Order: sequence, then C-alpha cells, then structure tokens
Amino acid sequence: MRENPVQRLTRRVFPVAAAAAAVFSVSGCDYAILDPKGPIGADEKWLILFSTGLMLVVVIPVTIMALAFAWRYRASNKAAVYAPNWEHSNAIEVVVWIIPCLIIATLAYFTWVSSHKLDPYRPIASRAKTVEVQVVSMDWKWLFIYPEQKIATVNELVLPVDRPVHFRLTSQSMMNTFFVPQLGSMIYTMPGMQTQLSLLAGHPGEYFGVSANFSGEGFSDMVFTTRAVEATQFDQWVAMVRSSPKALSLSAYRDLEKPTVKVPVAYYGAIDPVVYHHALNQCADGAPCMDDMMSRAAAADTLGLGDRAFCDLVSLKGH
Amino acid sequence: MFGKLTLNAIPLDVPIIMVTLGVIACASIAILAALTYFRLWRPLWTNWITSVDHKNIGIMYIFLALVMLLRGFADALMMRSQQALASTGGTGYLPPEHYDQIFTAHGVIMIFFMAMPFIVGLMNLVVPLQIGARDVAFPYLNSFSFWLTVAGAMLVNVSLGIGEFARTGWLAYPPLSEAAYSPGVGVDYYIWALQTSGLGTLLSGVNLITTILKMRAPGMTLMRMPVFTWTSLCANMLIVAAFPVLTATLAMLSLDRTLGMHFFTNDGGGNPMMYINLIWIWGHPEVYILVLPCFGIFSEVVATFAGKRLFGYKSMVYATVCITILSFTVWLHHFFTMGSGADVNAVFGISTMLISIPTGVKIFNWLFTMYRGRVRMSAPMLWTMGFLVTFPVGGLTGVLLAIPASDFVLHNSLFLVAHFHNVIIGGVVFGCMAGLNYWFPKAFGFKLDERLGKLSALCWFVGFFITFVPLYAVGLMGMTRRLNHFNNPVWHVYMLVAMAGAVIILCGIVATLAQIAVSIRNRKALADLTGDPWGARTLEWAVSSPAPFYNFAAMPPITDRDAFWEMKLRGLAHRPPSQLHRIHMPRNTGTGFILSVLAGVLGFALVWNIWWLAGASFAAAVAVAITHSFDENRDYYVPSEQVASIESAYFKQLTVQV
Repeated sequence: MRENPVQRLTRRVFPVAAAAAAVFSVSGCDYAILDPKGPIGADEKWLILFSTGLMLVVVIPVTIMALAFAWRYRASNKAAVYAPNWEHSNAIEVVVWIIPCLIIATLAYFTWVSSHKLDPYRPIASRAKTVEVQVVSMDWKWLFIYPEQKIATVNELVLPVDRPVHFRLTSQSMMNTFFVPQLGSMIYTMPGMQTQLSLLAGHPGEYFGVSANFSGEGFSDMVFTTRAVEATQFDQWVAMVRSSPKALSLSAYRDLEKPTVKVPVAYYGAIDPVVYHHALNQCADGAPCMDDMMSRAAAADTLGLGDRAFCDLVSLKGH
Repeated sequence: MFGKLTLNAIPLDVPIIMVTLGVIACASIAILAALTYFRLWRPLWTNWITSVDHKNIGIMYIFLALVMLLRGFADALMMRSQQALASTGGTGYLPPEHYDQIFTAHGVIMIFFMAMPFIVGLMNLVVPLQIGARDVAFPYLNSFSFWLTVAGAMLVNVSLGIGEFARTGWLAYPPLSEAAYSPGVGVDYYIWALQTSGLGTLLSGVNLITTILKMRAPGMTLMRMPVFTWTSLCANMLIVAAFPVLTATLAMLSLDRTLGMHFFTNDGGGNPMMYINLIWIWGHPEVYILVLPCFGIFSEVVATFAGKRLFGYKSMVYATVCITILSFTVWLHHFFTMGSGADVNAVFGISTMLISIPTGVKIFNWLFTMYRGRVRMSAPMLWTMGFLVTFPVGGLTGVLLAIPASDFVLHNSLFLVAHFHNVIIGGVVFGCMAGLNYWFPKAFGFKLDERLGKLSALCWFVGFFITFVPLYAVGLMGMTRRLNHFNNPVWHVYMLVAMAGAVIILCGIVATLAQIAVSIRNRKALADLTGDPWGARTLEWAVSSPAPFYNFAAMPPITDRDAFWEMKLRGLAHRPPSQLHRIHMPRNTGTGFILSVLAGVLGFALVWNIWWLAGASFAAAVAVAITHSFDENRDYYVPSEQVASIESAYFKQLTVQV
C-alpha cells in the first residue's frame, strides 16, 4: 500500500522527534521549570507547554513553507510557475491576518485567566493554615523571618509541604528577585517597598533558590536552599532553630546588613518583631521610618502645612 | 585641576585590559603611520571627515558598526568563556568587578554602537537614493549626528583604559546605578556616552523624517515608496518619539548622581521603579527602531531575488504602522514580576502579543513573495532565509515571555537572554548583513565575494543555534542571567556547547572581514558596471555604482511602485536624460566633526568632574556653532558640463557592458 504524504512525513519525522525527546528526557529532571514541585509551578509549566504547542501550529508550517518555497521556486527550476506580477490575493491576505488573530485571541484569553489565577498576590486556597514568611534581600544574602514561629534564618528557607506560604518581601538596598524555580513564580524585592508572593510546595525535597535580578558584586553567590519537609519535621526544625542562642535584634540586623558574600546558613532563635517593619521602612539604622514620615506628611497636609513640611521630613530622612 | 582623574584611573594591575590597550595602541600607531606615509590625511579630511554626502556618512556609520561589532563580540567571547570555565565551582578568570563591566559593555555596545549605527548607516546610504533625492534634508546636521555617535562610542572605548565602565547591566537600573552603590565613574561614562550618541540619533531621526516626507521625487506618493523607506520612516518616527525619554531619564539619573537629587534613590522620596518604567518606555520602541528597517531590507531583498513584486505591499505598510504604534503600549512586559496587579499585567501581556499579528503577516507576505518567483540564492537572500527560519522561533519565545504567568518563571533567565538574541541576531544582525551584501555595490561600485558571504551567513546561522539553544535549555533549568560563577555540572555541559557556538559565530565574523578584503582585491572582476547588479526594482539601482555624488542627474518621474522595474519594463531605464541642468549641492564642512570632538571632551570632563574643562568645551562648542551660523557660503552649483561628463562616462560604460 502506498503511503499518503502525512504518513510519509510522520515516518520521517518521528525518529528525529523521538531522538530529540530522548536527549531532553534523559536529563528531564534538570529542567527545573518543567519539573515543578507545587501547584503554581505546575500551572505555569502547563501554560508554557500549551502556548508553545499552539504557536507551533503556525511556526512549523512557516518554517516548512520558507524552505519549500525557496526550493520549489529556485531560479534553476524552470518547471515551476513564474508569475512576476502576481502580488495580491484577497484570499491569502484574509487567511494570513485571520490565523495569527485567532491564535492570539486564544492566547489572550488564557493570558487574562492565568494572570488572575496566578497573580502572585492571590492567596492560595487551601484548608491548611497559611505559613507567613517575611523576606529581606540584603547584600548579598537572604534573610527569612518567620513571624509566627518567632525565628529567623539566613540563606535557608524551610517550608512545610502542602501548606500555602505567604511571603512578604522587601530589600535592604538593591533590587533583587526572589526565585525558587521548582516552586514557581518569582517576584522583585525592592527597598522601601513590599511585594507579596504565594507559593505552595507539594512534594518534600530540596530546591535551589536564587536572586534573579543582578544586584552587584556578590550577586552570583546570592543563593539559598529551600527545603520542603513534612509537618513534623518542620516543627522539629523550628524547635532546632529556636534553640539557637542568637537573636535577631535591630543591632544584629545592622551587623547583617553590611555587604558580605558567601554567607553560611545562620539561625536566630528569637526575633525582635519590629525588624521586618524597620527593614521595610528603611529605619533599622535609626533614621525616621518611611511610613511614619508619610503619615506625618499626610497629617501636615490636612493641617494645611503644605509641601514645605513634607520636604523637611523627607530631607530629614535623607541625612 | 583634573577633578577625580588621577593616574590610578589607569588599570595597570589588570593584565587583560593592559594587553588590549597595548594592541589598540600599536594598531592606532600603525594606522596613523600609514596615513602619514601614504599622504592620506588630506583626502581623509576632505572626502570623509568633512563630507556631508549622505552616502559617505552612511558608509562611515557602517564602518563604525563593524569596528564596534568586534569590540562587543570580544566581550561576548569573554562572557561565554568565563561561564564555561566557572560553572563547576571555580572562579574562572574574570573577577565580578571586571565581568560585570564586560556584560554591561557588551549590551551597550551591541545596541547603541553596533546595531544603531548599522541601521542608521543603511538608512542614510539608501533612503535618499530610493526616493530620488540628492541628499538628506539637512546635510550638515547629518554629519554632526554621525560624529556625535562616534564621540559617544569613543567615550565607551576610553573607559576601557581610563577609569572603568558601568557594572550595572546595560540599562543601569537604580538603586545599583546610584552614587551610593556605584561611586566610580563607570555609570558616568555610561550616561555621557549615551547622552552624546543619543542626541546624534535624535537629530538623525529628525533629518530622515524630513527627507522622506519632503524630498521624494515627483510622483512618488507615500503608497509608492519602497518598503525600506516606509520602515525607515516609521523607525525614525519612533526615534523622535522615544529618544527624548532616554535623554530625560539619563539626565535625571545624572542629577541624582552628581547633584545629590532624589529622583530614583531609595531615600529622600525617590523611587527606582520610575526609572525602570521610563527607561523601558524608550527601550521597547528601541527594539522596533532596530528591527523595522531590517524588515524593510528583507522586503527589498526578497522581491529582488525572487524577481517578483512584493506580495501584499499594502498589508506590509499597514503592518509596519501597526507595529510602530503598538510598540509604545507594551513596555511594562519587561517587569511583570514587579508586583503590578493582574489586570495591568494581563493588559500589557495581551498588547505585546498583538504585535505578533502584524509581524506574522509580514512573514507570510515574504513567503508569498517567493511563491511563484524565481528565487536566486545569492548572499543577501541567504541571510534572508536565515532570518525566515530563525525569527519565528524568537517570536514564539517572545510570546511565551509576554504571558505574565509564564514570564514569572522565565523572566531574567537565560531563556530571556536567548530570546532577545534570537530576535536581535536573527532579525537585526541578519538584516544588516543582508543589507550590507545587497547595497555594497551601490556604495563602492563592486559586489562582495559570494562564496565568503555565504560562508559567513552559514556560520552565523549554525553558530546562533549552537550558542543559544543551550541557553534556552539552561533557562528552563532555572539558570538566571549575569552569573559570574556557579557550581552545576549539568549547566556546565551546556555552557561548553554555547562557547563552541560563539566560536562558530566568530568564524562568521572573520568570514565577513575576509569577504570585504578579498572583494577589495578582486574589485575589477566584481565590478558592477551597470548600476543594477541584482536585477533590482527600486530607484537606487537606476544610477551608476557607486552613485554619483549628486545621485540623480535629472529627477526621475515616478509612475508606480518598484519605480526602476517599471522603467526597465517600459524601456526608460538607463536612458541619458535629454537635458541636463546645473545641480544645487551642499558644501562640505568640518563643523559637525569639530562640535562632536568638543562634545566628546565635554562628556569626558563631566565624567571626571573636571568642571573648567567642561565649561571651556561647552563654551567652545557654542562659539563654533554660532560662527558656523554666520557662514553663508554653504552651497554651490555643479555646472551642467561636469554633470554631463560624469553621466556620459557612465552611459559609455553601460554600452560597453551591453
């Protein structure tokens, strides 16, 4: 039986595709983004694969057409039709505008839905209680504060599996990005500002975390380990950290804030609850806090003191 | 006396830089000696430095681009080798303070001093010829614009030997680029290099828009303009709209750094997010400033080498205009991960994707231009084929990055790095190289060697995929950009492959240089005597190669698109004009060059806070500009006899040829 063109194409393409797939799947688990360990990352992986597939519907034919037309209509092939003045076809024009429009319309729908569903600020629905973590990126290390457990760590993030984690993030000086590839979404950390992120680790394991935004000399070593552990192990870990004699006071924070590289993991058994607030409001060093200045400025404004008072407050902060 | 400048500013302790400086010094001395020995100083001054001829200026722009390509590519090789060497726990050979300057310089040089001059050079060279004009609207301004770009490039190069360059990444995000965290002169070099060249680009944008709108030959309506002219018009509109934003943003950054203001600082009410918004309001249109003219080049090349009218000319024009407008509505996609709300992210994501619709239409139109054509696979066409296969992949990954939720795991990764190299190499570099091969005969009177041209295209094409497919892959593995060292044996393998790919691209660059050298040697055999070496369609091919300095002896009447093709069909091409008149032309002037030297000195003085020198060079520049404004002897008439003799030489050559 003679093969039809589709069968012929499949027969020719399949071994190549299989070989390519083999190359990729041998080291499949190296592809952190494609090997997510939580629902956020899993949704993002699906979105990437689905969108890629949808776009290949156009990209593959275009590539084939480019090669096929160049070959078929090569100058030496006098058998091919030559229509030097043919420059317009309503039918083709309609098709080449409509196909990209349809694909983009589909993608736009999924973009709208996924942007809302995977909004990093959106809490993850779960019966389990949410874990709160406050994150401060510093030059060049990560400070993780667990306000409920009243502990803090440097360069080690431990999370209980299957519980949503709500991060509040800020930065001491540079702009960085908090990113654990296998858990999903990243988010910027910025000085004087707070961002938020919700993640959930679905499988126990050790996942690498990085800063994804260049922040100066020690940036490359700004890595941290994320460990997702079962509930009981999490409690044991919290107890272990609590037994550390070090406390994260404002003065300990000021020591930590000095630029350092390759900082080993450190544990703080107790925390001063104002540390995160002061880090966020840029006042751990004793300067006036930004939120305080803003509310005073707002008050001055209502009292009719005007911009002058605000400028005084701001310049006070400047020094 | 010398501000912050002391002898310590010369990095005597960094062997790589000192060796480079030694090589540059030797090469410069050799060039200066050769110029003196062959008595070339005067011709260099009269024919090039003071020239206001758009063709000469275009050629000099492209020369600058090729020189800076070598510098930028040397940076690329260092980055690839550093990451290959430092990916298994070692530190490699470039410490962070040096490596950070290299990746910053690579980005700045490749965008501002390689791609931009290449594009502006091709537009300068070709647009007046395509629309039947004798020069650009403001020839002296054109010379000034070019030399300002050179002054900016020189500031970047000076930073190699005196002081340092920025260590911030190519867009110098605050707070890192603020005085508190980058106290050195690196960011100041960055600012003043871009301010100087940015002014040049803006002026050149004004010039080309005016030229295209006001100086077209009679009969060339907007919808009869060649597509390259259309895309140039749109790109220059973008320049005029976007570059002032860059200038203002960098001015605010320098006020922060120099005068202690608080636009973008962490304290004093400043906010770095404003900088990031502003810089991308310039930065995203910039991408289209680069790629739109390349789309124009591909349109010309495909139509010429398929021997066929461009398919869907109107679609092409509307698509270009759509892209132009949409390019201003998408900047936020560069920072979806900054915590904007879902609505904002989604709107900018969708507006980004919309751009792929007109772009996709363009690709289909090029394909259908080949359809039922007679495709000759010459070097320019081979570069175009490379584009047609490479660019859609970059478009695909671009749309992935445009979906906010997938950008949340791909942003700032090597996937992103691979994406923008995919579109910039596959679109802009391939386009520029296609344009270089295509229009070279028009500039110099002989074609470039075909075999080496094809070899170069092949090396770039293969090298691109071998370099950047591994980078896409490690991006999906979670590897982020700008890493100086890391310890990951899996990524290490990919880094080695990428390094090998970069070496293949190097072969492509060497092949291009060899191609130019070999072609100069064989220029007699490669000579283009007809002025129409490719059987082309647009007006620039209606005149001799190289084009006479006045371009057109008589204004060609335009009756259709593809004006020259039409003339050939009607037997009107290559006809000596019945009556010749004297031709009004601009005189050469060295003012643009002198002003730019002063601008370069001003920039250097501002970098180092040498206030007296800054004041003196600024005052001198103002004085020179005012003096020039009193010079009323700026134009002259080429006598009709001279025109007649140049034209008859060409027509004699044509009849011998035929």
